[in-house]
Amino acid sequence: MNQTVEFRNRPKIIGSYSIVGPKEGAGPFGSYFDYVMKNDLFGEKTYELAERKMFEQAVTGAIESAGLTASQINLMLAGDLLNQIISSSFTARDFSLPYLGIFGACSTMAETLAVGAMMVNGGHFGNILCATGSHFSTAERQFRFPLELGNQRVPTSQWTVTAAGASVLSLEGKGPEITMATFGKVVDFGIVDVNNMGAAMAPAAAETIFTHFNETGRKPTDYDLIVTGDLGKLGAEILVDLLEDKGIKLGPNYSDCGHSYFTREQDTMCGGSGCGASASVLNGYIIKKLKKRELKRVLFVPTGALMSTTASQQGESIPGISHAIVIEAGGK
Amino acid sequence: MKQEKRNEAYNRYVEARIPKTKAWPSLFNSFWVGGLICVIGQGIDMLILYLFPYMSQQTAWAWTLVVLIFLASFLTGIGVYDKIGKFAGGGSIVPITGFSNSISSPAIEFKHEGIIYGTCVKMFTIAGPVIVVGVVSSIVVGIIYWIVGLF
Amino acid sequence: MDFLWAFLIGGLVCMIGQILIITTKITSARILVTFVLIGVVLQAFELFEPISQFAKAGINVPIIGFGASLAKGAMGAVKSIGLLGAFTGGLEATAGGIAAAVGFAFLFSLIFKSKTK
Repeated sequence: MNQTVEFRNRPKIIGSYSIVGPKEGAGPFGSYFDYVMKNDLFGEKTYELAERKMFEQAVTGAIESAGLTASQINLMLAGDLLNQIISSSFTARDFSLPYLGIFGACSTMAETLAVGAMMVNGGHFGNILCATGSHFSTAERQFRFPLELGNQRVPTSQWTVTAAGASVLSLEGKGPEITMATFGKVVDFGIVDVNNMGAAMAPAAAETIFTHFNETGRKPTDYDLIVTGDLGKLGAEILVDLLEDKGIKLGPNYSDCGHSYFTREQDTMCGGSGCGASASVLNGYIIKKLKKRELKRVLFVPTGALMSTTASQQGESIPGISHAIVIEAGGK
Repeated sequence: MKQEKRNEAYNRYVEARIPKTKAWPSLFNSFWVGGLICVIGQGIDMLILYLFPYMSQQTAWAWTLVVLIFLASFLTGIGVYDKIGKFAGGGSIVPITGFSNSISSPAIEFKHEGIIYGTCVKMFTIAGPVIVVGVVSSIVVGIIYWIVGLF
Repeated sequence: MDFLWAFLIGGLVCMIGQILIITTKITSARILVTFVLIGVVLQAFELFEPISQFAKAGINVPIIGFGASLAKGAMGAVKSIGLLGAFTGGLEATAGGIAAAVGFAFLFSLIFKSKTK
Protein backbone atom coordinates (compact mmCIF):
# COMPACT_ATOMS: atom_id res chain seq x y z
CA MET A 1 0.00 0.00 0.00
CA ASN A 2 1.19 3.51 -0.62
CA GLN A 3 -1.75 5.87 -1.03
CA THR A 4 -4.04 4.11 1.42
CA VAL A 5 -3.67 4.22 5.19
CA GLU A 6 -5.50 2.05 7.69
CA PHE A 7 -6.53 3.30 11.12
CA ARG A 8 -6.06 0.44 13.60
CA ASN A 9 -7.45 2.41 16.54
CA ARG A 10 -10.63 3.22 14.59
CA PRO A 11 -11.24 6.93 15.25
CA LYS A 12 -14.93 7.63 15.78
CA ILE A 13 -17.14 10.43 14.56
CA ILE A 14 -18.63 11.26 17.96
CA GLY A 15 -20.38 14.45 16.92
CA SER A 16 -21.80 15.81 13.70
CA TYR A 17 -23.95 18.70 12.52
CA SER A 18 -25.31 19.96 9.23
CA ILE A 19 -26.90 23.28 8.36
CA VAL A 20 -28.30 24.32 4.98
CA GLY A 21 -30.06 27.17 3.19
CA PRO A 22 -33.79 27.21 2.37
CA LYS A 23 -33.42 25.95 -1.21
CA GLU A 24 -31.22 23.10 -0.02
CA GLY A 25 -33.69 22.32 2.76
CA ALA A 26 -36.42 21.93 0.17
CA GLY A 27 -34.40 19.23 -1.64
CA PRO A 28 -34.56 15.46 -1.19
CA PHE A 29 -32.20 15.46 1.83
CA GLY A 30 -34.14 18.29 3.50
CA SER A 31 -35.52 16.33 6.43
CA TYR A 32 -32.11 14.88 7.35
CA PHE A 33 -30.33 18.19 7.93
CA ASP A 34 -30.04 19.40 11.50
CA TYR A 35 -30.98 22.97 10.68
CA VAL A 36 -32.53 24.73 7.70
CA MET A 37 -32.03 28.49 7.54
CA LYS A 38 -35.10 30.57 6.72
CA ASN A 39 -33.16 32.84 4.41
CA ASP A 40 -29.71 32.89 2.91
CA LEU A 41 -28.58 36.07 4.62
CA PHE A 42 -29.19 34.44 8.01
CA GLY A 43 -29.78 37.84 9.60
CA GLU A 44 -26.39 39.17 8.51
CA LYS A 45 -25.41 42.14 6.40
CA THR A 46 -23.38 40.33 3.75
CA TYR A 47 -23.35 36.81 2.34
CA GLU A 48 -19.79 36.33 3.56
CA LEU A 49 -20.94 37.02 7.11
CA ALA A 50 -23.87 34.67 6.59
CA GLU A 51 -21.50 31.93 5.43
CA ARG A 52 -19.38 32.43 8.52
CA LYS A 53 -22.37 32.41 10.85
CA MET A 54 -23.50 29.16 9.23
CA PHE A 55 -19.99 27.78 9.67
CA GLU A 56 -19.97 28.76 13.33
CA GLN A 57 -23.34 27.14 13.93
CA ALA A 58 -22.08 23.91 12.33
CA VAL A 59 -19.02 23.96 14.59
CA THR A 60 -21.08 24.67 17.72
CA GLY A 61 -23.62 22.02 16.76
CA ALA A 62 -21.02 19.32 16.16
CA ILE A 63 -19.26 20.04 19.46
CA GLU A 64 -22.58 19.96 21.33
CA SER A 65 -23.69 16.75 19.67
CA ALA A 66 -20.40 15.19 20.81
CA GLY A 67 -21.28 16.25 24.36
CA LEU A 68 -18.20 18.44 24.60
CA THR A 69 -17.41 22.11 25.01
CA ALA A 70 -15.19 24.16 22.69
CA SER A 71 -12.34 24.10 25.21
CA GLN A 72 -12.21 20.31 24.93
CA ILE A 73 -11.45 20.48 21.20
CA ASN A 74 -7.71 20.08 20.72
CA LEU A 75 -7.52 21.01 17.03
CA MET A 76 -9.75 22.33 14.31
CA LEU A 77 -9.20 21.28 10.69
CA ALA A 78 -11.26 23.27 8.23
CA GLY A 79 -11.42 24.82 4.80
CA ASP A 80 -13.82 26.51 2.42
CA LEU A 81 -14.04 28.06 -1.05
CA LEU A 82 -13.56 31.75 -0.36
CA ASN A 83 -10.17 33.27 -1.12
CA GLN A 84 -7.65 32.46 1.63
CA ILE A 85 -10.33 30.28 3.28
CA ILE A 86 -11.63 33.15 5.39
CA SER A 87 -14.79 31.46 6.64
CA SER A 88 -12.76 28.69 8.31
CA SER A 89 -10.00 30.88 9.66
CA PHE A 90 -12.34 33.53 11.03
CA THR A 91 -14.43 30.84 12.71
CA ALA A 92 -11.30 29.35 14.30
CA ARG A 93 -10.45 32.85 15.53
CA ASP A 94 -13.86 33.32 17.09
CA PHE A 95 -13.73 29.97 18.87
CA SER A 96 -10.09 30.51 19.77
CA LEU A 97 -9.14 26.99 18.66
CA PRO A 98 -5.77 25.61 17.54
CA TYR A 99 -6.29 25.46 13.81
CA LEU A 100 -4.96 24.04 10.58
CA GLY A 101 -6.50 25.54 7.46
CA ILE A 102 -6.94 22.97 4.74
CA PHE A 103 -7.75 23.61 1.13
CA GLY A 104 -9.07 20.79 -0.96
CA ALA A 105 -11.81 22.75 -2.71
CA CYS A 106 -14.97 20.64 -2.58
CA SER A 107 -13.04 17.57 -1.36
CA THR A 108 -12.28 19.37 1.92
CA MET A 109 -14.61 17.28 4.08
CA ALA A 110 -12.76 14.05 3.26
CA GLU A 111 -9.37 15.73 3.47
CA THR A 112 -10.00 17.13 6.96
CA LEU A 113 -11.46 13.83 8.19
CA ALA A 114 -8.59 11.81 6.75
CA VAL A 115 -5.92 14.07 8.25
CA GLY A 116 -7.85 14.30 11.51
CA ALA A 117 -8.27 10.54 11.69
CA MET A 118 -4.52 10.06 11.34
CA MET A 119 -3.82 12.49 14.17
CA VAL A 120 -6.43 10.95 16.45
CA ASN A 121 -5.36 7.44 15.52
CA GLY A 122 -1.74 8.30 16.29
CA GLY A 123 -2.74 9.59 19.70
CA HIS A 124 -1.47 13.09 19.11
CA PHE A 125 -4.78 14.81 19.70
CA GLY A 126 -7.83 13.79 21.73
CA ASN A 127 -10.71 15.54 20.01
CA ILE A 128 -10.42 16.99 16.53
CA LEU A 129 -13.06 19.10 14.84
CA CYS A 130 -13.38 18.88 11.04
CA ALA A 131 -15.56 21.40 9.22
CA THR A 132 -16.30 22.91 5.85
CA GLY A 133 -19.02 24.85 4.11
CA SER A 134 -20.00 26.86 1.07
CA HIS A 135 -22.54 29.53 0.20
CA PHE A 136 -24.20 30.00 -3.18
CA SER A 137 -24.10 33.78 -3.14
CA THR A 138 -20.49 34.16 -1.99
CA ALA A 139 -19.31 31.61 -4.55
CA GLU A 140 -21.29 33.29 -7.35
CA ARG A 141 -19.79 36.69 -6.71
CA GLN A 142 -16.27 35.32 -6.31
CA PHE A 143 -16.20 32.85 -9.19
CA ARG A 144 -18.96 33.90 -11.58
CA PHE A 145 -21.26 36.85 -12.04
CA PRO A 146 -23.28 39.28 -9.92
CA LEU A 147 -26.52 37.70 -8.73
CA GLU A 148 -28.69 40.24 -10.53
CA LEU A 149 -27.04 39.82 -13.94
CA GLY A 150 -29.59 38.54 -16.43
CA ASN A 151 -27.82 35.59 -18.00
CA GLN A 152 -28.62 31.93 -18.51
CA ARG A 153 -26.90 28.95 -16.90
CA VAL A 154 -25.44 26.43 -19.27
CA PRO A 155 -26.66 22.80 -19.15
CA THR A 156 -23.41 21.47 -17.66
CA SER A 157 -23.30 24.01 -14.82
CA GLN A 158 -23.92 23.18 -11.18
CA TRP A 159 -25.40 25.06 -8.25
CA THR A 160 -23.08 25.85 -5.35
CA VAL A 161 -25.05 24.78 -2.30
CA THR A 162 -25.50 26.92 0.78
CA ALA A 163 -24.54 24.45 3.47
CA ALA A 164 -21.99 23.63 6.12
CA GLY A 165 -21.11 20.44 7.95
CA ALA A 166 -18.87 19.64 10.89
CA SER A 167 -17.73 16.44 12.62
CA VAL A 168 -15.85 15.73 15.84
CA LEU A 169 -13.31 12.89 15.80
CA SER A 170 -12.14 11.05 18.89
CA LEU A 171 -11.06 7.64 20.12
CA GLU A 172 -13.38 7.98 23.13
CA GLY A 173 -17.14 7.87 22.78
CA LYS A 174 -19.55 6.32 20.34
CA GLY A 175 -20.13 6.80 16.66
CA PRO A 176 -19.30 5.61 13.17
CA GLU A 177 -15.63 4.71 12.70
CA ILE A 178 -13.19 5.88 10.08
CA THR A 179 -11.15 2.83 9.16
CA MET A 180 -9.21 3.79 6.05
CA ALA A 181 -8.28 6.71 3.89
CA THR A 182 -6.94 6.83 0.35
CA PHE A 183 -5.23 10.08 -0.55
CA GLY A 184 -5.65 11.03 -4.18
CA LYS A 185 -3.35 12.49 -6.79
CA VAL A 186 -4.03 15.73 -8.62
CA VAL A 187 -5.41 14.63 -11.96
CA ASP A 188 -5.95 16.87 -14.98
CA PHE A 189 -7.47 15.62 -18.21
CA GLY A 190 -7.37 19.03 -19.87
CA ILE A 191 -10.90 20.34 -19.30
CA VAL A 192 -10.89 24.15 -19.47
CA ASP A 193 -14.63 24.86 -19.29
CA VAL A 194 -15.31 26.29 -15.81
CA ASN A 195 -18.98 25.50 -16.32
CA ASN A 196 -18.21 21.81 -16.55
CA MET A 197 -16.62 20.95 -13.20
CA GLY A 198 -18.07 17.45 -13.18
CA ALA A 199 -16.08 16.48 -16.25
CA ALA A 200 -12.95 18.15 -14.85
CA MET A 201 -13.12 16.25 -11.54
CA ALA A 202 -14.39 12.83 -12.64
CA PRO A 203 -10.91 11.55 -13.68
CA ALA A 204 -9.55 12.37 -10.19
CA ALA A 205 -12.37 10.43 -8.55
CA ALA A 206 -11.80 7.51 -10.93
CA GLU A 207 -8.09 7.49 -10.11
CA THR A 208 -8.67 7.53 -6.34
CA ILE A 209 -11.42 4.91 -6.38
CA PHE A 210 -9.36 2.65 -8.65
CA THR A 211 -6.32 3.02 -6.37
CA HIS A 212 -8.43 2.32 -3.31
CA PHE A 213 -9.81 -0.95 -4.68
CA ASN A 214 -6.45 -1.89 -6.07
CA GLU A 215 -4.56 -1.32 -2.82
CA THR A 216 -7.15 -2.80 -0.47
CA GLY A 217 -8.19 -5.70 -2.65
CA ARG A 218 -11.80 -4.74 -2.10
CA LYS A 219 -14.51 -4.43 -4.73
CA PRO A 220 -17.51 -2.08 -5.08
CA THR A 221 -19.88 -4.64 -3.59
CA ASP A 222 -17.93 -4.56 -0.31
CA TYR A 223 -19.62 -1.23 0.35
CA ASP A 224 -23.26 -0.40 1.06
CA LEU A 225 -22.71 3.01 -0.42
CA ILE A 226 -20.03 4.57 -2.57
CA VAL A 227 -20.65 8.27 -2.69
CA THR A 228 -18.82 11.05 -4.54
CA GLY A 229 -19.17 14.70 -3.60
CA ASP A 230 -20.24 17.06 -6.31
CA LEU A 231 -19.56 15.49 -9.69
CA GLY A 232 -23.14 16.27 -10.61
CA LYS A 233 -25.22 14.34 -13.11
CA LEU A 234 -22.76 14.53 -15.99
CA GLY A 235 -19.65 13.97 -13.86
CA ALA A 236 -21.19 10.94 -12.18
CA GLU A 237 -22.03 9.39 -15.54
CA ILE A 238 -18.48 10.03 -16.73
CA LEU A 239 -17.03 8.47 -13.56
CA VAL A 240 -19.01 5.27 -14.14
CA ASP A 241 -17.64 5.14 -17.71
CA LEU A 242 -14.06 5.85 -16.65
CA LEU A 243 -14.10 3.15 -13.98
CA GLU A 244 -15.66 0.67 -16.34
CA ASP A 245 -12.70 1.25 -18.68
CA LYS A 246 -10.43 0.32 -15.75
CA GLY A 247 -12.45 -2.83 -15.08
CA ILE A 248 -14.44 -1.61 -12.07
CA LYS A 249 -18.19 -1.70 -12.32
CA LEU A 250 -20.09 0.65 -10.03
CA GLY A 251 -23.52 -0.70 -9.22
CA PRO A 252 -26.69 0.84 -7.79
CA ASN A 253 -24.80 1.40 -4.53
CA TYR A 254 -23.01 4.30 -6.19
CA SER A 255 -24.39 7.82 -5.95
CA ASP A 256 -23.27 11.44 -6.00
CA CYS A 257 -24.22 14.02 -3.33
CA GLY A 258 -24.45 16.86 -5.84
CA HIS A 259 -26.50 14.89 -8.33
CA SER A 260 -29.11 13.96 -5.74
CA TYR A 261 -29.00 17.23 -3.79
CA PHE A 262 -31.87 18.95 -5.59
CA THR A 263 -35.05 17.86 -7.30
CA ARG A 264 -35.53 18.28 -11.04
CA GLU A 265 -37.95 21.14 -10.48
CA GLN A 266 -35.31 23.11 -8.58
CA ASP A 267 -33.65 23.74 -11.91
CA THR A 268 -29.99 23.40 -11.00
CA MET A 269 -28.90 21.86 -14.30
CA CYS A 270 -26.36 19.16 -13.32
CA GLY A 271 -27.03 19.38 -9.56
CA GLY A 272 -25.36 20.79 -6.48
CA SER A 273 -21.69 21.54 -5.90
CA GLY A 274 -19.45 23.17 -3.32
CA CYS A 275 -17.75 22.04 -0.11
CA GLY A 276 -21.07 22.14 1.68
CA ALA A 277 -22.71 19.56 -0.59
CA SER A 278 -20.68 16.55 0.53
CA ALA A 279 -20.20 17.96 4.06
CA SER A 280 -23.91 18.36 4.73
CA VAL A 281 -24.88 15.05 3.15
CA LEU A 282 -22.21 13.24 5.18
CA ASN A 283 -23.08 14.90 8.47
CA GLY A 284 -26.80 15.10 7.82
CA TYR A 285 -27.64 11.89 6.02
CA ILE A 286 -24.83 9.34 5.88
CA ILE A 287 -23.74 9.50 9.53
CA LYS A 288 -27.35 9.23 10.70
CA LYS A 289 -27.85 6.16 8.50
CA LEU A 290 -24.63 4.64 9.84
CA LYS A 291 -25.74 5.25 13.40
CA LYS A 292 -29.03 3.51 12.71
CA ARG A 293 -26.98 0.77 11.05
CA GLU A 294 -29.03 1.12 7.87
CA LEU A 295 -25.63 1.55 6.25
CA LYS A 296 -22.69 -0.51 7.47
CA ARG A 297 -19.75 0.51 5.36
CA VAL A 298 -19.49 3.62 3.21
CA LEU A 299 -16.81 4.83 0.81
CA PHE A 300 -16.96 8.62 0.90
CA VAL A 301 -15.09 10.16 -2.05
CA PRO A 302 -15.68 13.89 -2.51
CA THR A 303 -13.89 15.64 -5.34
CA GLY A 304 -12.46 19.11 -5.65
CA ALA A 305 -11.53 21.36 -8.57
CA LEU A 306 -8.22 23.04 -7.79
CA MET A 307 -8.66 26.05 -10.03
CA SER A 308 -8.66 29.79 -9.54
CA THR A 309 -10.38 32.49 -11.56
CA THR A 310 -6.99 33.87 -12.59
CA ALA A 311 -5.74 30.51 -13.87
CA SER A 312 -8.99 29.93 -15.75
CA GLN A 313 -8.89 33.36 -17.38
CA GLN A 314 -5.35 32.60 -18.50
CA GLY A 315 -6.71 29.54 -20.24
CA GLU A 316 -5.30 26.87 -17.95
CA SER A 317 -7.11 23.58 -17.58
CA ILE A 318 -8.78 22.55 -14.33
CA PRO A 319 -6.94 20.02 -12.11
CA GLY A 320 -9.10 17.76 -9.97
CA ILE A 321 -8.44 16.04 -6.67
CA SER A 322 -10.29 13.41 -4.72
CA HIS A 323 -9.72 11.69 -1.39
CA ALA A 324 -11.55 8.60 -0.19
CA ILE A 325 -12.37 7.63 3.37
CA VAL A 326 -14.00 4.45 4.59
CA ILE A 327 -16.59 4.93 7.32
CA GLU A 328 -18.07 1.93 9.10
CA ALA A 329 -21.03 1.69 11.45
CA GLY A 330 -18.79 -0.02 14.01
CA GLY A 331 -19.94 -2.00 17.02
CA LYS A 332 -21.51 -5.37 16.44
CA MET B 1 2.65 13.73 -25.98
CA LYS B 2 0.78 10.71 -24.73
CA GLN B 3 -0.95 12.90 -22.18
CA GLU B 4 -2.05 15.41 -24.82
CA LYS B 5 -3.60 12.61 -26.82
CA ARG B 6 -5.40 11.36 -23.72
CA ASN B 7 -6.71 14.84 -22.93
CA GLU B 8 -7.89 15.37 -26.49
CA ALA B 9 -9.70 12.06 -26.47
CA TYR B 10 -11.26 12.85 -23.09
CA ASN B 11 -12.44 16.29 -24.23
CA ARG B 12 -14.02 14.73 -27.31
CA TYR B 13 -15.71 12.11 -25.15
CA VAL B 14 -17.04 14.75 -22.70
CA GLU B 15 -18.31 16.90 -25.56
CA ALA B 16 -20.31 13.94 -26.83
CA ARG B 17 -21.77 13.27 -23.36
CA ILE B 18 -22.97 16.81 -22.67
CA PRO B 19 -26.76 16.75 -22.52
CA LYS B 20 -28.27 18.33 -25.59
CA THR B 21 -30.93 20.87 -24.78
CA LYS B 22 -33.60 21.85 -27.24
CA ALA B 23 -32.61 25.15 -28.82
CA TRP B 24 -36.01 26.15 -30.18
CA PRO B 25 -37.75 27.22 -26.97
CA SER B 26 -34.85 29.47 -25.97
CA LEU B 27 -34.61 30.95 -29.46
CA PHE B 28 -38.34 31.64 -29.45
CA ASN B 29 -38.19 33.26 -26.01
CA SER B 30 -35.22 35.43 -26.93
CA PHE B 31 -37.08 36.48 -30.09
CA TRP B 32 -40.30 37.62 -28.52
CA VAL B 33 -38.82 39.18 -25.39
CA GLY B 34 -36.16 41.00 -27.43
CA GLY B 35 -38.83 42.12 -29.90
CA LEU B 36 -41.07 43.26 -27.06
CA ILE B 37 -38.30 45.37 -25.49
CA CYS B 38 -37.80 47.06 -28.86
CA VAL B 39 -41.54 47.65 -29.18
CA ILE B 40 -41.57 49.24 -25.72
CA GLY B 41 -38.70 51.48 -26.85
CA GLN B 42 -40.66 52.41 -29.97
CA GLY B 43 -43.71 53.17 -27.82
CA ILE B 44 -41.77 55.38 -25.42
CA ASP B 45 -40.26 57.26 -28.36
CA MET B 46 -43.68 57.88 -29.93
CA LEU B 47 -45.19 58.88 -26.59
CA ILE B 48 -42.43 61.44 -26.00
CA LEU B 49 -42.94 62.90 -29.49
CA TYR B 50 -46.70 62.98 -28.88
CA LEU B 51 -46.31 64.80 -25.55
CA PHE B 52 -43.59 67.16 -26.80
CA PRO B 53 -44.36 67.68 -30.48
CA TYR B 54 -41.62 70.27 -30.95
CA MET B 55 -38.86 68.02 -29.74
CA SER B 56 -36.37 66.86 -32.36
CA GLN B 57 -36.26 63.20 -33.37
CA GLN B 58 -32.75 62.92 -32.00
CA THR B 59 -33.56 64.38 -28.59
CA ALA B 60 -36.66 62.22 -28.27
CA TRP B 61 -34.57 59.16 -29.01
CA ALA B 62 -31.95 60.14 -26.42
CA TRP B 63 -34.75 60.43 -23.87
CA THR B 64 -36.10 57.05 -24.89
CA LEU B 65 -32.74 55.42 -24.19
CA VAL B 66 -32.52 57.16 -20.82
CA VAL B 67 -35.99 55.83 -19.89
CA LEU B 68 -35.15 52.28 -21.03
CA ILE B 69 -31.88 52.36 -19.11
CA PHE B 70 -33.69 53.65 -16.02
CA LEU B 71 -36.29 50.88 -16.22
CA ALA B 72 -33.67 48.15 -16.64
CA SER B 73 -31.60 49.51 -13.79
CA PHE B 74 -34.66 49.64 -11.55
CA LEU B 75 -35.76 46.12 -12.50
CA THR B 76 -32.21 44.97 -11.71
CA GLY B 77 -32.43 46.59 -8.30
CA ILE B 78 -35.68 44.93 -7.36
CA GLY B 79 -34.38 41.56 -8.56
CA VAL B 80 -36.59 41.10 -11.63
CA TYR B 81 -34.20 41.62 -14.55
CA ASP B 82 -32.17 38.49 -13.83
CA LYS B 83 -35.38 36.48 -13.95
CA ILE B 84 -36.22 37.98 -17.34
CA GLY B 85 -32.64 37.17 -18.39
CA LYS B 86 -32.90 33.57 -17.24
CA PHE B 87 -36.01 33.20 -19.37
CA ALA B 88 -35.03 35.22 -22.43
CA GLY B 89 -31.22 34.92 -22.64
CA GLY B 90 -30.10 36.97 -25.63
CA GLY B 91 -33.51 38.62 -25.69
CA SER B 92 -32.65 40.73 -22.67
CA ILE B 93 -28.84 40.84 -23.05
CA VAL B 94 -28.61 42.34 -26.53
CA PRO B 95 -30.91 45.38 -26.04
CA ILE B 96 -29.53 48.51 -24.36
CA THR B 97 -31.40 47.34 -21.25
CA GLY B 98 -28.93 44.44 -21.03
CA PHE B 99 -26.09 46.96 -21.05
CA SER B 100 -27.80 48.80 -18.21
CA ASN B 101 -28.26 45.53 -16.29
CA SER B 102 -24.61 44.65 -16.78
CA ILE B 103 -23.61 47.94 -15.09
CA SER B 104 -26.24 47.93 -12.35
CA SER B 105 -25.85 44.33 -11.24
CA PRO B 106 -22.17 44.50 -10.22
CA ALA B 107 -22.73 47.96 -8.72
CA ILE B 108 -25.37 46.48 -6.43
CA GLU B 109 -23.53 43.21 -5.86
CA PHE B 110 -20.25 44.71 -4.71
CA LYS B 111 -21.57 47.61 -2.63
CA HIS B 112 -20.39 45.80 0.50
CA GLU B 113 -16.78 46.31 -0.53
CA GLY B 114 -17.34 50.05 -0.23
CA ILE B 115 -18.45 52.83 -2.57
CA ILE B 116 -15.02 53.33 -4.15
CA TYR B 117 -13.55 49.82 -4.39
CA GLY B 118 -16.90 48.07 -4.51
CA THR B 119 -19.56 49.98 -6.39
CA CYS B 120 -17.37 52.27 -8.50
CA VAL B 121 -14.58 49.86 -9.41
CA LYS B 122 -16.73 46.79 -10.05
CA MET B 123 -19.42 48.69 -11.94
CA PHE B 124 -17.51 48.16 -15.17
CA THR B 125 -16.43 44.53 -14.74
CA ILE B 126 -18.88 43.42 -17.43
CA ALA B 127 -19.72 46.62 -19.31
CA GLY B 128 -16.15 47.97 -19.31
CA PRO B 129 -15.10 45.98 -22.37
CA VAL B 130 -18.22 47.20 -24.19
CA ILE B 131 -17.30 50.84 -23.67
CA VAL B 132 -13.61 50.26 -24.41
CA VAL B 133 -14.21 48.30 -27.61
CA GLY B 134 -16.91 50.75 -28.70
CA VAL B 135 -14.78 53.84 -28.10
CA VAL B 136 -11.60 52.38 -29.60
CA SER B 137 -13.38 51.19 -32.72
CA SER B 138 -15.15 54.52 -33.12
CA ILE B 139 -11.78 56.28 -32.94
CA VAL B 140 -10.45 53.95 -35.62
CA VAL B 141 -13.51 54.58 -37.79
CA GLY B 142 -13.14 58.35 -37.26
CA ILE B 143 -9.48 58.31 -38.25
CA ILE B 144 -10.12 56.22 -41.34
CA TYR B 145 -12.99 58.53 -42.24
CA TRP B 146 -10.64 61.50 -41.87
CA ILE B 147 -7.95 59.89 -44.06
CA VAL B 148 -10.50 58.95 -46.71
CA GLY B 149 -11.79 62.53 -46.61
CA LEU B 150 -8.31 63.89 -47.44
CA PHE B 151 -8.44 62.51 -50.93
CA MET C 1 -46.42 49.37 -38.77
CA ASP C 2 -43.42 50.82 -36.91
CA PHE C 3 -44.25 48.52 -34.02
CA LEU C 4 -44.35 45.46 -36.24
CA TRP C 5 -40.96 46.17 -37.81
CA ALA C 6 -39.45 47.04 -34.43
CA PHE C 7 -40.72 43.74 -33.06
CA LEU C 8 -39.56 41.61 -35.97
CA ILE C 9 -36.13 43.16 -36.48
CA GLY C 10 -35.47 43.60 -32.75
CA GLY C 11 -36.54 40.03 -32.07
CA LEU C 12 -34.39 38.75 -34.90
CA VAL C 13 -31.29 40.60 -33.65
CA CYS C 14 -31.79 39.24 -30.13
CA MET C 15 -32.35 35.75 -31.48
CA ILE C 16 -29.03 35.96 -33.34
CA GLY C 17 -27.50 36.82 -29.95
CA GLN C 18 -29.12 33.76 -28.42
CA ILE C 19 -27.82 31.55 -31.24
CA LEU C 20 -24.32 32.87 -30.51
CA ILE C 21 -24.78 32.11 -26.80
CA ILE C 22 -25.94 28.56 -27.43
CA THR C 23 -23.43 27.61 -30.09
CA THR C 24 -20.30 29.29 -28.73
CA LYS C 25 -21.09 29.41 -24.98
CA ILE C 26 -19.83 33.02 -24.85
CA THR C 27 -20.67 35.20 -21.85
CA SER C 28 -22.87 38.27 -21.87
CA ALA C 29 -19.88 40.66 -21.88
CA ARG C 30 -18.65 39.10 -25.13
CA ILE C 31 -22.16 39.21 -26.62
CA LEU C 32 -22.45 42.92 -25.88
CA VAL C 33 -18.97 43.60 -27.29
CA THR C 34 -19.78 41.65 -30.47
CA PHE C 35 -22.98 43.58 -31.10
CA VAL C 36 -21.39 46.96 -30.41
CA LEU C 37 -18.76 46.10 -33.02
CA ILE C 38 -21.45 45.06 -35.48
CA GLY C 39 -23.05 48.49 -34.96
CA VAL C 40 -19.76 50.33 -35.50
CA VAL C 41 -19.06 48.39 -38.69
CA LEU C 42 -22.61 48.87 -40.05
CA GLN C 43 -22.31 52.61 -39.48
CA ALA C 44 -18.79 52.77 -40.92
CA PHE C 45 -20.11 51.36 -44.19
CA GLU C 46 -23.18 53.57 -43.88
CA LEU C 47 -25.50 50.59 -43.82
CA PHE C 48 -27.05 51.45 -40.47
CA GLU C 49 -29.22 54.38 -41.58
CA PRO C 50 -31.05 52.43 -44.30
CA ILE C 51 -31.93 49.66 -41.81
CA SER C 52 -32.87 52.19 -39.13
CA GLN C 53 -35.25 53.88 -41.62
CA PHE C 54 -37.74 51.04 -41.41
CA ALA C 55 -36.59 49.03 -38.34
CA LYS C 56 -36.63 52.10 -36.04
CA ALA C 57 -36.40 50.89 -32.43
CA GLY C 58 -35.83 47.35 -33.71
CA ILE C 59 -32.23 48.19 -34.56
CA ASN C 60 -31.72 51.19 -32.26
CA VAL C 61 -32.70 49.53 -28.97
CA PRO C 62 -30.31 46.59 -29.41
CA ILE C 63 -26.78 47.56 -28.40
CA ILE C 64 -26.01 47.69 -32.15
CA GLY C 65 -27.57 51.16 -32.02
CA PHE C 66 -25.07 52.17 -29.33
CA GLY C 67 -22.18 51.07 -31.55
CA ALA C 68 -23.66 52.88 -34.54
CA SER C 69 -24.04 56.11 -32.53
CA LEU C 70 -20.41 55.89 -31.45
CA ALA C 71 -19.23 55.57 -35.04
CA LYS C 72 -21.73 58.08 -36.37
CA GLY C 73 -20.67 60.60 -33.74
CA ALA C 74 -17.00 60.14 -34.59
CA MET C 75 -17.63 60.47 -38.33
CA GLY C 76 -19.86 63.52 -37.91
CA ALA C 77 -17.36 65.27 -35.68
CA VAL C 78 -14.49 64.52 -38.08
CA LYS C 79 -16.53 66.19 -40.79
CA SER C 80 -17.07 69.35 -38.76
CA ILE C 81 -13.89 69.75 -36.68
CA GLY C 82 -11.35 67.50 -38.40
CA LEU C 83 -9.17 64.76 -36.92
CA LEU C 84 -9.92 65.72 -33.32
CA GLY C 85 -13.50 64.65 -33.97
CA ALA C 86 -12.37 61.01 -34.13
CA PHE C 87 -11.68 61.33 -30.41
CA THR C 88 -14.49 63.60 -29.25
CA GLY C 89 -17.39 62.53 -31.46
CA GLY C 90 -18.02 58.98 -30.30
CA LEU C 91 -18.47 59.60 -26.60
CA GLU C 92 -20.27 62.88 -27.24
CA ALA C 93 -22.95 61.06 -29.19
CA THR C 94 -23.38 58.32 -26.59
CA ALA C 95 -22.82 60.38 -23.45
CA GLY C 96 -26.50 60.28 -22.52
CA GLY C 97 -26.69 56.49 -22.53
CA ILE C 98 -23.44 55.93 -20.67
CA ALA C 99 -24.13 58.60 -18.07
CA ALA C 100 -27.67 57.32 -17.52
CA ALA C 101 -26.45 53.74 -17.07
CA VAL C 102 -23.71 54.79 -14.66
CA GLY C 103 -25.89 57.27 -12.79
CA PHE C 104 -28.86 54.97 -12.26
CA ALA C 105 -26.57 52.05 -11.38
CA PHE C 106 -24.94 54.20 -8.72
CA LEU C 107 -28.27 55.44 -7.41
CA PHE C 108 -29.84 51.99 -7.19
CA SER C 109 -26.71 50.46 -5.68
CA LEU C 110 -27.32 52.78 -2.73
CA ILE C 111 -30.91 51.60 -2.37
CA PHE C 112 -31.00 47.92 -3.28
CA LYS C 113 -29.21 44.73 -2.27
CA SER C 114 -28.60 41.67 -4.42
CA LYS C 115 -30.92 38.81 -3.67
CA THR C 116 -30.20 35.11 -3.48
CA LYS C 117 -31.71 33.07 -6.25
